[in-house]
Amino acid sequence: MAGAISGGPGDSGLLIGLPGGGGRYGRERGSGALRSTLVAFVSTVVFLGVVALLVVNAPGWPAVQESFLNGRVFADSLPLIVRAFWVNVQLFLVSEVLILGFGLVIAVLRSLPGSVLFPIRLIATVYVDVFRALPGILIIYVLGFGIPGLGVTGVSKFVFAILALTLIYSAYVSEVYRAGINSIHPSQDAAARSLGLSRLQSMRHVVLPQAVRRVIPPLLNDFIGLQKDTVLVSYIGVVEIFRQAQIRQSASFNFTPYIVVALVFLLFTIPLARLTDVLVTRDQRRRATTAR
Amino acid sequence: MSLDQRSVRTTAADSPDTVRPAVEIAALRKSFDKLEVLRGIDLVVAPHEVVCLIGSSGSGKSTLLRCINLIEPIDSGRILIDGVDITAPKVDVNKIRRRIGIVFQAFNLFPHMSVLDNVTLAPRKVLRTPSGRAAEEATELLARFGLEDKRDEFPDRLSGGQQQRVAIVRALAMRPDLMLLDEITSALDPELVAEVLNVVRELAGAGMTMIIATHEMGFARDIADRVGFLDAGRILEQGPPDRIFTEPTEVRTRQFLDRVIAAGRM
Ligand SMILES: Nc1ncnc2c1ncn2[C@@H]1O[C@H](COP(=O)(O)OP(=O)(O)OP(=O)(O)O)[C@@H](O)[C@H]1O
Ligand SMILES: [Mg+2]
Repeated sequence: MAGAISGGPGDSGLLIGLPGGGGRYGRERGSGALRSTLVAFVSTVVFLGVVALLVVNAPGWPAVQESFLNGRVFADSLPLIVRAFWVNVQLFLVSEVLILGFGLVIAVLRSLPGSVLFPIRLIATVYVDVFRALPGILIIYVLGFGIPGLGVTGVSKFVFAILALTLIYSAYVSEVYRAGINSIHPSQDAAARSLGLSRLQSMRHVVLPQAVRRVIPPLLNDFIGLQKDTVLVSYIGVVEIFRQAQIRQSASFNFTPYIVVALVFLLFTIPLARLTDVLVTRDQRRRATTAR
Repeated sequence: MSLDQRSVRTTAADSPDTVRPAVEIAALRKSFDKLEVLRGIDLVVAPHEVVCLIGSSGSGKSTLLRCINLIEPIDSGRILIDGVDITAPKVDVNKIRRRIGIVFQAFNLFPHMSVLDNVTLAPRKVLRTPSGRAAEEATELLARFGLEDKRDEFPDRLSGGQQQRVAIVRALAMRPDLMLLDEITSALDPELVAEVLNVVRELAGAGMTMIIATHEMGFARDIADRVGFLDAGRILEQGPPDRIFTEPTEVRTRQFLDRVIAAGRM
Protein backbone atom coordinates (compact mmCIF):
# COMPACT_ATOMS: atom_id res chain seq x y z
CA MET A 1 0.00 0.00 0.00
CA ALA A 2 2.64 2.46 1.10
CA GLY A 3 4.60 1.73 -2.06
CA ALA A 4 1.60 2.39 -4.28
CA ILE A 5 0.99 5.77 -2.71
CA SER A 6 4.53 7.07 -2.56
CA GLY A 7 5.37 5.69 -5.98
CA GLY A 8 8.33 3.54 -6.94
CA PRO A 9 11.33 4.30 -9.13
CA GLY A 10 9.35 3.21 -12.21
CA ASP A 11 7.06 6.25 -11.98
CA SER A 12 9.15 8.68 -13.95
CA GLY A 13 9.46 6.24 -16.84
CA LEU A 14 5.69 5.79 -16.92
CA LEU A 15 5.02 9.54 -16.93
CA ILE A 16 6.94 10.11 -20.15
CA GLY A 17 4.66 7.67 -21.89
CA LEU A 18 1.46 9.41 -20.77
CA PRO A 19 -0.41 11.77 -23.12
CA GLY A 20 1.14 15.18 -22.91
CA GLY A 21 4.42 13.82 -21.60
CA GLY A 22 6.02 14.49 -24.98
CA GLY A 23 5.21 18.20 -24.68
CA ARG A 24 8.36 18.71 -22.66
CA TYR A 25 10.37 18.47 -25.85
CA GLY A 26 8.91 20.96 -28.26
CA ARG A 27 10.72 19.74 -31.37
CA GLU A 28 9.52 16.17 -30.88
CA ARG A 29 5.89 17.13 -30.65
CA GLY A 30 4.78 15.19 -33.75
CA SER A 31 6.10 11.80 -32.71
CA GLY A 32 5.22 12.52 -29.07
CA ALA A 33 1.57 13.11 -29.99
CA LEU A 34 1.46 9.89 -32.01
CA ARG A 35 2.95 7.93 -29.16
CA SER A 36 0.49 9.47 -26.69
CA THR A 37 -2.45 8.49 -28.87
CA LEU A 38 -1.10 4.97 -29.23
CA VAL A 39 -0.58 4.61 -25.51
CA ALA A 40 -4.06 5.98 -24.80
CA PHE A 41 -5.59 3.58 -27.31
CA VAL A 42 -3.79 0.49 -26.02
CA SER A 43 -4.50 1.29 -22.39
CA THR A 44 -8.20 1.85 -23.16
CA VAL A 45 -8.48 -1.48 -24.99
CA VAL A 46 -6.68 -3.30 -22.20
CA PHE A 47 -8.83 -1.67 -19.54
CA LEU A 48 -12.12 -2.44 -21.28
CA GLY A 49 -10.94 -5.98 -22.02
CA VAL A 50 -10.16 -6.60 -18.37
CA VAL A 51 -13.53 -5.21 -17.28
CA ALA A 52 -15.36 -7.31 -19.88
CA LEU A 53 -13.51 -10.46 -18.81
CA LEU A 54 -14.32 -9.82 -15.17
CA VAL A 55 -18.01 -9.25 -15.91
CA VAL A 56 -18.44 -12.20 -18.26
CA ASN A 57 -16.70 -14.55 -15.83
CA ALA A 58 -18.69 -13.37 -12.83
CA PRO A 59 -20.89 -16.14 -11.37
CA GLY A 60 -24.14 -14.24 -12.05
CA TRP A 61 -23.33 -13.35 -15.68
CA PRO A 62 -25.47 -15.97 -17.50
CA ALA A 63 -28.52 -14.86 -15.53
CA VAL A 64 -27.84 -11.20 -16.22
CA GLN A 65 -27.28 -11.89 -19.88
CA GLU A 66 -30.58 -13.72 -20.06
CA SER A 67 -32.60 -10.95 -18.42
CA PHE A 68 -30.88 -7.83 -19.86
CA LEU A 69 -29.39 -8.85 -23.18
CA ASN A 70 -31.93 -11.24 -24.57
CA GLY A 71 -31.71 -11.18 -28.37
CA ARG A 72 -35.27 -12.34 -29.00
CA VAL A 73 -36.82 -9.82 -26.61
CA PHE A 74 -34.59 -7.17 -28.15
CA ALA A 75 -35.87 -7.87 -31.65
CA ASP A 76 -39.49 -8.06 -30.49
CA SER A 77 -39.50 -4.84 -28.50
CA LEU A 78 -37.33 -2.70 -30.76
CA PRO A 79 -40.02 -1.58 -33.26
CA LEU A 80 -42.56 -0.82 -30.53
CA ILE A 81 -40.05 1.11 -28.47
CA VAL A 82 -38.76 3.11 -31.40
CA ARG A 83 -42.35 3.98 -32.33
CA ALA A 84 -43.01 5.06 -28.73
CA PHE A 85 -39.90 7.23 -28.89
CA TRP A 86 -41.63 9.28 -31.56
CA VAL A 87 -43.92 10.47 -28.75
CA ASN A 88 -40.85 11.65 -26.83
CA VAL A 89 -39.58 13.44 -29.90
CA GLN A 90 -42.92 15.22 -30.27
CA LEU A 91 -42.97 16.10 -26.57
CA PHE A 92 -39.46 17.42 -26.90
CA LEU A 93 -39.98 19.45 -30.05
CA VAL A 94 -43.28 21.05 -29.04
CA SER A 95 -42.17 21.91 -25.52
CA GLU A 96 -38.81 23.16 -26.75
CA VAL A 97 -40.48 25.77 -28.95
CA LEU A 98 -42.82 26.79 -26.13
CA ILE A 99 -39.97 26.93 -23.61
CA LEU A 100 -37.83 29.12 -25.85
CA GLY A 101 -40.71 31.59 -26.17
CA PHE A 102 -42.06 31.50 -22.63
CA GLY A 103 -38.62 31.54 -21.02
CA LEU A 104 -37.73 34.59 -23.08
CA VAL A 105 -40.90 36.42 -22.06
CA ILE A 106 -40.20 35.71 -18.38
CA ALA A 107 -36.58 36.84 -18.71
CA VAL A 108 -37.53 40.09 -20.46
CA LEU A 109 -40.26 40.85 -17.91
CA ARG A 110 -37.78 40.35 -15.09
CA SER A 111 -35.16 42.51 -16.79
CA LEU A 112 -37.32 45.55 -17.50
CA PRO A 113 -37.04 48.26 -14.86
CA GLY A 114 -39.80 50.59 -13.75
CA SER A 115 -42.18 50.55 -10.84
CA VAL A 116 -45.27 50.08 -13.02
CA LEU A 117 -44.06 46.61 -13.91
CA PHE A 118 -43.33 45.67 -10.32
CA PRO A 119 -46.31 43.32 -9.83
CA ILE A 120 -45.53 41.51 -13.08
CA ARG A 121 -41.89 41.24 -12.11
CA LEU A 122 -42.90 39.84 -8.74
CA ILE A 123 -45.12 37.17 -10.30
CA ALA A 124 -42.38 36.20 -12.74
CA THR A 125 -39.84 35.95 -9.93
CA VAL A 126 -42.12 33.82 -7.76
CA TYR A 127 -42.85 31.54 -10.72
CA VAL A 128 -39.14 31.00 -11.42
CA ASP A 129 -38.33 30.39 -7.76
CA VAL A 130 -41.17 27.94 -7.23
CA PHE A 131 -40.66 25.91 -10.38
CA ARG A 132 -36.94 25.65 -9.87
CA ALA A 133 -37.41 24.60 -6.26
CA LEU A 134 -39.91 21.80 -6.86
CA PRO A 135 -38.88 18.39 -8.19
CA GLY A 136 -40.05 18.06 -11.79
CA ILE A 137 -41.86 14.80 -11.16
CA LEU A 138 -43.99 16.52 -8.51
CA ILE A 139 -45.11 19.19 -10.97
CA ILE A 140 -45.92 16.53 -13.55
CA TYR A 141 -48.02 14.66 -10.99
CA VAL A 142 -49.85 17.74 -9.79
CA LEU A 143 -50.68 18.89 -13.30
CA GLY A 144 -51.38 15.44 -14.74
CA PHE A 145 -53.66 14.27 -11.96
CA GLY A 146 -54.66 17.54 -10.32
CA ILE A 147 -56.16 19.41 -13.26
CA PRO A 148 -58.28 16.47 -14.48
CA GLY A 149 -59.28 16.05 -10.82
CA LEU A 150 -60.67 19.58 -10.88
CA GLY A 151 -63.13 18.39 -13.45
CA VAL A 152 -61.33 19.49 -16.58
CA THR A 153 -62.04 16.72 -19.06
CA GLY A 154 -61.44 16.04 -22.70
CA VAL A 155 -57.85 17.24 -22.61
CA SER A 156 -55.31 14.61 -23.51
CA LYS A 157 -52.48 13.56 -21.21
CA PHE A 158 -50.13 14.70 -23.92
CA VAL A 159 -51.24 18.29 -23.42
CA PHE A 160 -50.64 18.12 -19.66
CA ALA A 161 -47.26 16.59 -20.31
CA ILE A 162 -46.31 19.45 -22.63
CA LEU A 163 -47.64 21.98 -20.13
CA ALA A 164 -45.68 20.47 -17.26
CA LEU A 165 -42.40 20.23 -19.21
CA THR A 166 -42.82 23.78 -20.48
CA LEU A 167 -43.44 25.20 -17.03
CA ILE A 168 -40.54 23.29 -15.48
CA TYR A 169 -37.98 24.11 -18.12
CA SER A 170 -39.04 27.70 -18.85
CA ALA A 171 -38.03 28.57 -15.29
CA TYR A 172 -34.48 27.35 -15.94
CA VAL A 173 -34.28 28.71 -19.45
CA SER A 174 -35.46 32.16 -18.38
CA GLU A 175 -32.53 32.28 -15.98
CA VAL A 176 -30.16 31.39 -18.80
CA TYR A 177 -31.61 34.18 -20.93
CA ARG A 178 -31.39 36.59 -18.02
CA ALA A 179 -27.73 35.82 -17.48
CA GLY A 180 -27.23 36.59 -21.17
CA ILE A 181 -29.12 39.88 -20.92
CA ASN A 182 -27.11 40.89 -17.86
CA SER A 183 -23.87 40.08 -19.65
CA ILE A 184 -24.49 42.78 -22.26
CA HIS A 185 -22.76 45.96 -21.13
CA PRO A 186 -25.21 48.67 -20.01
CA SER A 187 -23.54 51.10 -22.44
CA GLN A 188 -25.23 49.22 -25.29
CA ASP A 189 -28.65 49.94 -23.85
CA ALA A 190 -27.62 53.52 -23.06
CA ALA A 191 -26.50 54.02 -26.67
CA ALA A 192 -29.78 52.66 -28.00
CA ARG A 193 -31.87 54.71 -25.58
CA SER A 194 -29.92 57.85 -26.36
CA LEU A 195 -30.97 57.43 -29.99
CA GLY A 196 -34.59 57.55 -28.90
CA LEU A 197 -35.36 53.83 -28.85
CA SER A 198 -37.79 52.81 -26.14
CA ARG A 199 -36.87 50.28 -23.47
CA LEU A 200 -38.58 47.51 -25.38
CA GLN A 201 -37.06 48.53 -28.70
CA SER A 202 -33.60 48.61 -27.16
CA MET A 203 -34.23 45.18 -25.66
CA ARG A 204 -35.59 43.78 -28.90
CA HIS A 205 -33.06 45.19 -31.38
CA VAL A 206 -29.88 45.74 -29.39
CA VAL A 207 -29.70 43.73 -26.18
CA LEU A 208 -31.51 40.47 -26.99
CA PRO A 209 -29.81 39.65 -30.31
CA GLN A 210 -26.43 39.84 -28.57
CA ALA A 211 -27.62 38.11 -25.40
CA VAL A 212 -29.26 35.17 -27.18
CA ARG A 213 -26.17 34.53 -29.29
CA ARG A 214 -24.15 34.26 -26.10
CA VAL A 215 -26.42 31.76 -24.38
CA ILE A 216 -26.95 29.28 -27.20
CA PRO A 217 -24.51 26.74 -25.68
CA PRO A 218 -26.07 26.73 -22.20
CA LEU A 219 -29.53 26.58 -23.82
CA LEU A 220 -28.54 23.49 -25.77
CA ASN A 221 -27.30 22.02 -22.52
CA ASP A 222 -30.71 22.49 -20.95
CA PHE A 223 -32.28 20.81 -23.94
CA ILE A 224 -30.18 17.71 -23.41
CA GLY A 225 -31.79 17.59 -19.99
CA LEU A 226 -35.24 18.13 -21.48
CA GLN A 227 -34.74 15.29 -23.94
CA LYS A 228 -34.12 12.88 -21.11
CA ASP A 229 -36.81 14.29 -18.84
CA THR A 230 -39.50 13.57 -21.40
CA VAL A 231 -39.60 10.06 -19.87
CA LEU A 232 -40.91 11.56 -16.62
CA VAL A 233 -44.35 12.05 -18.14
CA SER A 234 -44.71 8.27 -18.30
CA TYR A 235 -45.81 8.61 -14.69
CA ILE A 236 -49.05 10.30 -15.66
CA GLY A 237 -49.80 7.62 -18.22
CA VAL A 238 -48.46 9.00 -21.47
CA VAL A 239 -47.32 5.98 -23.46
CA GLU A 240 -43.88 7.12 -24.48
CA ILE A 241 -40.63 5.22 -24.71
CA PHE A 242 -40.16 4.41 -21.03
CA ARG A 243 -43.79 3.45 -20.50
CA GLN A 244 -43.64 1.21 -23.56
CA ALA A 245 -40.48 -0.44 -22.19
CA GLN A 246 -42.26 -1.09 -18.91
CA ILE A 247 -45.11 -2.70 -20.81
CA ARG A 248 -42.74 -4.88 -22.81
CA GLN A 249 -40.86 -5.79 -19.66
CA SER A 250 -43.91 -7.00 -17.82
CA ALA A 251 -45.07 -8.91 -20.90
CA SER A 252 -41.76 -10.70 -21.39
CA PHE A 253 -40.52 -10.85 -17.77
CA ASN A 254 -37.27 -9.53 -19.18
CA PHE A 255 -35.34 -6.28 -18.74
CA THR A 256 -33.90 -6.10 -22.25
CA PRO A 257 -36.44 -3.41 -23.33
CA TYR A 258 -34.70 -0.98 -20.94
CA ILE A 259 -31.41 -1.64 -22.70
CA VAL A 260 -33.16 -0.71 -25.95
CA VAL A 261 -34.34 2.52 -24.37
CA ALA A 262 -30.82 3.27 -23.21
CA LEU A 263 -29.42 2.73 -26.70
CA VAL A 264 -32.04 4.98 -28.28
CA PHE A 265 -31.23 7.79 -25.87
CA LEU A 266 -27.51 7.40 -26.39
CA LEU A 267 -27.94 7.63 -30.15
CA PHE A 268 -30.16 10.66 -29.84
CA THR A 269 -28.47 12.62 -27.06
CA ILE A 270 -24.76 12.20 -27.68
CA PRO A 271 -24.77 14.06 -31.02
CA LEU A 272 -26.52 17.00 -29.36
CA ALA A 273 -24.00 16.94 -26.51
CA ARG A 274 -21.11 16.94 -29.00
CA LEU A 275 -22.68 19.83 -30.92
CA THR A 276 -22.97 21.77 -27.67
CA ASP A 277 -19.31 21.16 -26.89
CA VAL A 278 -18.27 22.35 -30.34
CA LEU A 279 -20.33 25.52 -29.96
CA VAL A 280 -18.96 26.19 -26.47
CA THR A 281 -15.38 25.81 -27.65
CA ARG A 282 -15.95 28.04 -30.66
CA ASP A 283 -17.64 30.63 -28.46
CA GLN A 284 -14.75 30.63 -25.98
CA ARG A 285 -12.21 30.97 -28.76
CA ARG A 286 -14.13 33.87 -30.29
CA ARG A 287 -14.39 35.64 -26.97
CA ALA A 288 -10.69 35.15 -26.32
CA THR A 289 -9.83 36.81 -29.63
CA THR A 290 -12.26 39.72 -29.39
CA ALA A 291 -11.45 40.53 -25.76
CA ARG A 292 -9.75 43.88 -25.51
CA MET B 1 -34.12 71.24 -40.58
CA SER B 2 -31.10 69.89 -42.38
CA LEU B 3 -27.58 70.67 -41.36
CA ASP B 4 -26.72 72.51 -44.52
CA GLN B 5 -29.51 75.02 -44.14
CA ARG B 6 -28.05 76.22 -40.92
CA SER B 7 -24.97 77.77 -42.35
CA VAL B 8 -25.57 81.14 -40.80
CA ARG B 9 -23.89 81.15 -37.47
CA THR B 10 -25.11 83.11 -34.51
CA THR B 11 -23.39 83.10 -31.18
CA ALA B 12 -24.53 84.20 -27.79
CA ALA B 13 -22.43 87.30 -28.19
CA ASP B 14 -24.16 88.33 -31.40
CA SER B 15 -27.65 88.39 -29.99
CA PRO B 16 -27.70 88.00 -26.25
CA ASP B 17 -31.38 88.26 -25.43
CA THR B 18 -33.39 87.96 -28.61
CA VAL B 19 -32.87 84.29 -29.44
CA ARG B 20 -34.41 81.57 -27.35
CA PRO B 21 -31.57 79.47 -25.91
CA ALA B 22 -31.08 75.99 -27.33
CA VAL B 23 -30.24 74.74 -23.87
CA GLU B 24 -30.89 76.35 -20.54
CA ILE B 25 -29.73 74.64 -17.40
CA ALA B 26 -30.53 76.09 -14.00
CA ALA B 27 -29.38 74.96 -10.55
CA LEU B 28 -28.86 71.40 -11.69
CA ARG B 29 -27.87 69.01 -8.95
CA LYS B 30 -27.02 65.35 -9.16
CA SER B 31 -25.54 62.90 -6.68
CA PHE B 32 -24.62 59.25 -6.79
CA ASP B 33 -25.52 57.97 -3.33
CA LYS B 34 -23.57 60.27 -1.00
CA LEU B 35 -21.28 61.70 -3.68
CA GLU B 36 -22.59 65.02 -4.95
CA VAL B 37 -21.23 65.24 -8.49
CA LEU B 38 -23.10 68.27 -9.82
CA ARG B 39 -23.67 71.02 -7.25
CA GLY B 40 -25.73 73.62 -8.99
CA ILE B 41 -24.91 73.91 -12.68
CA ASP B 42 -26.10 77.00 -14.57
CA LEU B 43 -25.43 76.98 -18.28
CA VAL B 44 -27.08 78.65 -21.24
CA VAL B 45 -26.26 77.60 -24.80
CA ALA B 46 -27.47 79.64 -27.76
CA PRO B 47 -28.57 78.02 -31.02
CA HIS B 48 -25.57 77.11 -33.21
CA GLU B 49 -23.21 77.76 -30.34
CA VAL B 50 -20.34 75.39 -29.54
CA VAL B 51 -19.56 75.12 -25.85
CA CYS B 52 -16.55 73.15 -24.66
CA LEU B 53 -16.47 71.82 -21.11
CA ILE B 54 -13.04 71.37 -19.61
CA GLY B 55 -12.03 70.30 -16.14
CA SER B 56 -10.11 67.62 -14.34
CA SER B 57 -11.12 63.99 -14.34
CA GLY B 58 -14.09 63.40 -12.07
CA SER B 59 -15.25 67.02 -12.17
CA GLY B 60 -18.60 65.88 -13.60
CA LYS B 61 -18.38 66.62 -17.35
CA SER B 62 -19.74 63.24 -18.43
CA THR B 63 -22.40 63.28 -15.76
CA LEU B 64 -23.60 66.70 -16.94
CA LEU B 65 -23.91 65.53 -20.55
CA ARG B 66 -25.70 62.36 -19.48
CA CYS B 67 -28.15 64.43 -17.44
CA ILE B 68 -28.92 66.67 -20.42
CA ASN B 69 -29.78 63.56 -22.41
CA LEU B 70 -31.79 62.19 -19.47
CA ILE B 71 -29.71 59.04 -19.34
CA GLU B 72 -29.10 59.98 -15.72
CA PRO B 73 -32.07 61.16 -13.66
CA ILE B 74 -31.38 64.47 -11.94
CA ASP B 75 -31.99 65.33 -8.29
CA SER B 76 -33.08 68.93 -8.67
CA GLY B 77 -32.89 71.92 -10.99
CA ARG B 78 -34.24 72.41 -14.49
CA ILE B 79 -33.12 71.66 -18.03
CA LEU B 80 -34.86 73.44 -20.89
CA ILE B 81 -34.25 72.37 -24.45
CA ASP B 82 -35.54 74.89 -26.95
CA GLY B 83 -37.70 76.35 -24.19
CA VAL B 84 -39.26 73.01 -23.21
CA ASP B 85 -38.65 71.80 -19.68
CA ILE B 86 -37.46 68.24 -20.19
CA THR B 87 -37.25 67.61 -16.47
CA ALA B 88 -40.98 68.10 -16.03
CA PRO B 89 -42.67 64.97 -14.70
CA LYS B 90 -44.74 64.00 -17.72
CA VAL B 91 -42.42 64.59 -20.67
CA ASP B 92 -41.92 61.86 -23.24
CA VAL B 93 -38.30 60.95 -22.66
CA ASN B 94 -37.93 59.09 -25.95
CA LYS B 95 -39.19 62.06 -27.91
CA ILE B 96 -36.69 64.40 -26.29
CA ARG B 97 -33.77 62.06 -26.82
CA ARG B 98 -34.48 61.98 -30.55
CA ARG B 99 -33.58 65.65 -30.79
CA ILE B 100 -30.37 65.27 -28.80
CA GLY B 101 -27.52 63.25 -30.24
CA ILE B 102 -24.88 61.97 -27.86
CA VAL B 103 -21.56 60.34 -28.67
CA PHE B 104 -19.61 58.66 -25.93
CA GLN B 105 -15.95 58.11 -25.25
CA ALA B 106 -16.29 54.38 -25.88
CA PHE B 107 -17.79 53.99 -29.30
CA ASN B 108 -20.74 51.84 -28.26
CA LEU B 109 -21.57 50.78 -31.77
CA PHE B 110 -23.87 47.77 -31.92
CA PRO B 111 -21.46 44.91 -32.65
CA HIS B 112 -24.07 42.58 -34.14
CA MET B 113 -25.08 45.02 -36.89
CA SER B 114 -23.38 46.35 -39.98
CA VAL B 115 -22.39 50.02 -40.12
CA LEU B 116 -25.46 50.74 -42.22
CA ASP B 117 -27.80 49.02 -39.76
CA ASN B 118 -26.15 50.84 -36.87
CA VAL B 119 -26.95 54.12 -38.56
CA THR B 120 -30.47 53.30 -39.80
CA LEU B 121 -31.77 51.45 -36.73
CA ALA B 122 -33.10 54.51 -34.91
CA PRO B 123 -34.51 56.27 -38.01
CA ARG B 124 -36.33 53.06 -38.97
CA LYS B 125 -37.62 52.11 -35.53
CA VAL B 126 -38.13 55.51 -33.94
CA LEU B 127 -38.91 57.86 -36.83
CA ARG B 128 -40.51 55.06 -38.89
CA THR B 129 -38.54 56.07 -41.97
CA PRO B 130 -38.98 53.39 -44.66
CA SER B 131 -35.82 51.24 -44.82
CA GLY B 132 -35.07 52.25 -48.40
CA ARG B 133 -35.04 55.92 -47.62
CA ALA B 134 -33.25 55.43 -44.30
CA ALA B 135 -30.50 53.54 -46.15
CA GLU B 136 -30.21 56.27 -48.77
CA GLU B 137 -29.92 58.99 -46.15
CA ALA B 138 -27.44 56.95 -44.14
CA THR B 139 -25.31 56.30 -47.22
CA GLU B 140 -25.27 60.01 -47.94
CA LEU B 141 -24.19 60.86 -44.39
CA LEU B 142 -21.54 58.13 -44.41
CA ALA B 143 -20.18 59.47 -47.68
CA ARG B 144 -20.00 62.95 -46.23
CA PHE B 145 -17.69 61.66 -43.51
CA GLY B 146 -15.60 59.46 -45.79
CA LEU B 147 -17.16 56.19 -44.70
CA GLU B 148 -19.06 55.11 -47.81
CA ASP B 149 -16.87 52.04 -48.36
CA LYS B 150 -17.47 50.89 -44.77
CA ARG B 151 -21.24 50.75 -45.18
CA ASP B 152 -21.49 46.97 -45.00
CA GLU B 153 -18.66 46.25 -42.60
CA PHE B 154 -19.20 45.21 -39.01
CA PRO B 155 -17.87 47.51 -36.28
CA ASP B 156 -15.08 45.16 -35.16
CA ARG B 157 -13.48 45.50 -38.60
CA LEU B 158 -13.13 49.29 -38.33
CA SER B 159 -10.36 51.33 -36.77
CA GLY B 160 -11.13 53.30 -33.63
CA GLY B 161 -11.33 56.54 -35.58
CA GLN B 162 -13.70 55.02 -38.12
CA GLN B 163 -15.86 53.57 -35.35
CA GLN B 164 -16.08 56.93 -33.67
CA ARG B 165 -17.03 58.61 -36.95
CA VAL B 166 -19.75 56.00 -37.45
CA ALA B 167 -21.00 56.76 -33.94
CA ILE B 168 -21.22 60.44 -34.89
CA VAL B 169 -23.05 59.60 -38.12
CA ARG B 170 -25.40 57.33 -36.20
CA ALA B 171 -26.33 60.23 -33.91
CA LEU B 172 -26.66 62.63 -36.87
CA ALA B 173 -29.02 60.26 -38.69
CA MET B 174 -31.71 61.26 -36.20
CA ARG B 175 -31.29 64.87 -37.37
CA PRO B 176 -30.73 66.17 -33.83
CA ASP B 177 -30.92 69.85 -32.92
CA LEU B 178 -28.21 69.41 -30.33
CA MET B 179 -25.13 67.20 -30.16
CA LEU B 180 -23.40 66.19 -26.95
CA LEU B 181 -19.88 64.86 -27.41
CA ASP B 182 -18.21 63.26 -24.44
CA GLU B 183 -14.45 63.01 -24.84
CA ILE B 184 -14.91 61.34 -28.16
CA THR B 185 -11.21 61.21 -28.94
CA SER B 186 -9.77 60.10 -25.63
CA ALA B 187 -9.96 56.38 -26.47
CA LEU B 188 -8.21 56.89 -29.81
CA ASP B 189 -4.61 56.51 -30.86
CA PRO B 190 -3.07 59.97 -31.42
CA GLU B 191 -2.90 59.58 -35.21
CA LEU B 192 -6.65 58.92 -35.34
CA VAL B 193 -7.67 61.96 -33.31
CA ALA B 194 -7.45 64.44 -36.16
CA GLU B 195 -9.90 62.64 -38.48
CA VAL B 196 -12.54 62.65 -35.76
CA LEU B 197 -11.94 66.25 -34.74
CA ASN B 198 -12.25 67.30 -38.37
CA VAL B 199 -15.71 65.78 -38.43
CA VAL B 200 -16.62 67.87 -35.40
CA ARG B 201 -15.20 70.99 -37.07
CA GLU B 202 -17.36 70.34 -40.08
CA LEU B 203 -20.42 70.00 -37.84
CA ALA B 204 -19.59 73.26 -36.11
CA GLY B 205 -19.17 74.91 -39.49
CA ALA B 206 -22.60 73.66 -40.50
CA GLY B 207 -24.09 75.36 -37.46
CA MET B 208 -24.76 72.40 -35.18
CA THR B 209 -25.33 73.34 -31.55
CA MET B 210 -22.87 71.34 -29.50
CA ILE B 211 -21.73 70.79 -25.96
CA ILE B 212 -18.36 69.08 -26.00
CA ALA B 213 -16.51 67.62 -23.03
CA THR B 214 -12.86 67.39 -23.97
CA HIS B 215 -9.30 67.07 -22.78
CA GLU B 216 -7.98 68.40 -26.10
CA MET B 217 -7.30 71.99 -25.13
CA GLY B 218 -5.96 73.00 -28.53
CA PHE B 219 -9.13 71.72 -30.12
CA ALA B 220 -11.34 73.45 -27.56
CA ARG B 221 -9.56 76.70 -28.12
CA ASP B 222 -9.93 76.32 -31.85
CA ILE B 223 -13.56 75.27 -32.11
CA ALA B 224 -15.38 76.64 -29.06
CA ASP B 225 -17.45 79.80 -29.01
CA ARG B 226 -17.32 79.50 -25.26
CA VAL B 227 -15.35 77.41 -22.80
CA GLY B 228 -16.68 76.39 -19.41
CA PHE B 229 -14.35 75.21 -16.66
CA LEU B 230 -15.99 72.59 -14.48
CA ASP B 231 -14.63 72.20 -11.00
CA ALA B 232 -16.07 70.12 -8.18
CA GLY B 233 -19.53 70.03 -9.71
CA ARG B 234 -19.81 73.71 -10.60
CA ILE B 235 -19.03 75.76 -13.67
CA LEU B 236 -16.43 77.86 -11.98
CA GLU B 237 -15.62 80.08 -14.91
CA GLN B 238 -16.78 80.49 -18.47
CA GLY B 239 -16.03 82.74 -21.39
CA PRO B 240 -14.50 82.97 -24.85
CA PRO B 241 -11.62 80.51 -25.32
CA ASP B 242 -9.01 83.21 -25.77
CA ARG B 243 -9.75 84.73 -22.42
CA ILE B 244 -10.10 81.43 -20.51
CA PHE B 245 -6.90 79.99 -21.90
CA THR B 246 -4.75 83.13 -21.60
CA GLU B 247 -6.07 85.08 -18.65
CA PRO B 248 -8.39 82.99 -16.46
CA THR B 249 -9.70 84.90 -13.48
CA GLU B 250 -10.02 81.92 -11.15
CA VAL B 251 -6.99 80.44 -9.43
CA ARG B 252 -8.35 76.91 -9.89
CA THR B 253 -8.69 77.39 -13.63
CA ARG B 254 -5.11 78.63 -13.83
CA GLN B 255 -3.91 75.65 -11.78
CA PHE B 256 -5.80 73.26 -14.02
CA LEU B 257 -4.38 74.80 -17.19
CA ASP B 258 -0.88 74.76 -15.72
CA ARG B 259 -1.27 71.04 -15.02
CA VAL B 260 -2.50 70.46 -18.55
CA ILE B 261 0.43 72.36 -20.01
CA ALA B 262 2.84 70.47 -17.77
CA ALA B 263 1.34 67.20 -19.05
CA GLY B 264 2.01 68.37 -22.59
CA ARG B 265 -1.60 68.36 -23.66
CA MET B 266 -1.71 71.89 -24.94
N1 LIG C 1 -22.91 55.73 -12.33
C1 LIG C 1 -22.15 56.26 -11.36
N2 LIG C 1 -22.25 55.80 -10.10
C2 LIG C 1 -21.50 56.33 -9.11
N3 LIG C 1 -20.62 57.33 -9.28
C3 LIG C 1 -20.47 57.82 -10.51
C4 LIG C 1 -21.21 57.31 -11.62
N4 LIG C 1 -20.86 58.00 -12.73
C5 LIG C 1 -19.93 58.89 -12.32
N5 LIG C 1 -19.70 58.79 -11.00
C6 LIG C 1 -18.78 59.63 -10.23
O1 LIG C 1 -19.08 60.96 -10.49
C7 LIG C 1 -17.90 61.75 -10.56
C8 LIG C 1 -17.89 62.51 -11.86
O2 LIG C 1 -17.78 61.60 -12.93
P1 LIG C 1 -17.76 62.05 -14.45
O3 LIG C 1 -17.64 60.82 -15.26
O4 LIG C 1 -18.92 62.93 -14.70
O5 LIG C 1 -16.42 62.88 -14.50
P2 LIG C 1 -15.70 63.49 -15.78
O6 LIG C 1 -15.53 64.94 -15.53
O7 LIG C 1 -16.41 63.09 -17.01
O8 LIG C 1 -14.29 62.78 -15.70
P3 LIG C 1 -13.37 62.29 -16.90
O9 LIG C 1 -12.65 63.49 -17.38
O10 LIG C 1 -12.43 61.32 -16.25
O11 LIG C 1 -14.24 61.67 -17.92
C9 LIG C 1 -16.74 60.79 -10.41
O12 LIG C 1 -16.28 60.89 -9.08
C10 LIG C 1 -17.33 59.45 -10.67
O13 LIG C 1 -16.70 58.49 -9.90
MG1 LIG D 1 -15.98 61.78 -18.64
